[in-house]
Amino acid sequence: MTGTLRVSVWRGAAAGRLVEYEVPAQESQTVLDVVSHIQRHLDPTLSYRFACRVGMCGSCAMSVNGVPRWTCRTHVRRVARDGRLELRPLANLPVIKDLAVEMGEFFAKWTRAGGAFVPAPGLGPDFARVAPDAPARQAASAGIECIGCGVCYAACDVVRWNEEFLGPAALNRAWTLLNDVRDGAGAARLGAVAGDAGCHACHSQQSCALHCPKHLDPTAAIAGLKRATAMAALRGAL
Amino acid sequence: MSWRSRNHPNYWAFALHRLSGLLLALFLPLHFWALGTAIEGEARLAGFLRWSDEPLVKLAEVGLVVLLAAHLAGGLRLLAIEFLGWRRWQKTAVALSAGASFAVGLAFLLSVF
Repeated sequence: MTGTLRVSVWRGAAAGRLVEYEVPAQESQTVLDVVSHIQRHLDPTLSYRFACRVGMCGSCAMSVNGVPRWTCRTHVRRVARDGRLELRPLANLPVIKDLAVEMGEFFAKWTRAGGAFVPAPGLGPDFARVAPDAPARQAASAGIECIGCGVCYAACDVVRWNEEFLGPAALNRAWTLLNDVRDGAGAARLGAVAGDAGCHACHSQQSCALHCPKHLDPTAAIAGLKRATAMAALRGAL
Repeated sequence: MSWRSRNHPNYWAFALHRLSGLLLALFLPLHFWALGTAIEGEARLAGFLRWSDEPLVKLAEVGLVVLLAAHLAGGLRLLAIEFLGWRRWQKTAVALSAGASFAVGLAFLLSVF
């Protein structure tokens, strides 16, 4: 691909405006390459985040032409429309400046959802032996590759409507731990995700699953939590 | 975030379920008012029922049946995908509920005309 890309970039905080830049188009160019070109050659005051550039760290997510994406693994040719890109900070998170958002509340919700591993009593110092084909292991494996990029959180309308909602990533984390046989905080975790801001607030719109760059399915994890909390309530354990 | 990120079948299914629920909620007072006309005498209700046989009113009734069917099918879909265990065929569940609603509407349309 050759020619010029016209790139509109959000500048400012909550109040701000789109500023247009012209960036040379190149072969195999990622959206992060475009942002880096702007910051290094056109306007050094542009703020954005990245670290690994290979889809591991989860720090470079932005809204690209209205869709939340990890920019380091998003090729421009896949998302540009008529040679145009519109880059905004992730939705549903407070904007610090330009393309950098405040992730504090996003991760605080992981804590509130019981996202920390708590060793089960009597776990012992030896390795726990978990059969790879055990259903719980399979359920945990389906969700543990989350890189915490916030794409699902930005794609979720329930987060937009209810700022207390724990969100797809935190609930997905709770579900993986609930299926970890080494973990001992299952009952407390079910209590943490059963409230108004928890799993039952989800409307199964599934935008989180559609946009997750790791192809995880947080809605499936949340459905698992809905079943687990419903069964616990029926047993009188919640 | 724009509508582009919401443009997928599961979101359409959510939107249809929400919209049909709201429209049915708006219809409910009208339904009770129609039943309430019976309190004012048989003739009043009979008059209303004759009016409801008008073709345009019947057509509106078809819409109402479609709304009811869509809301029911959408609700069953949600219960199925959330409580019978997650399935890979989410789009199929959306298509099945939409198809069932359409079929019910069509059957009602054929029965009234």
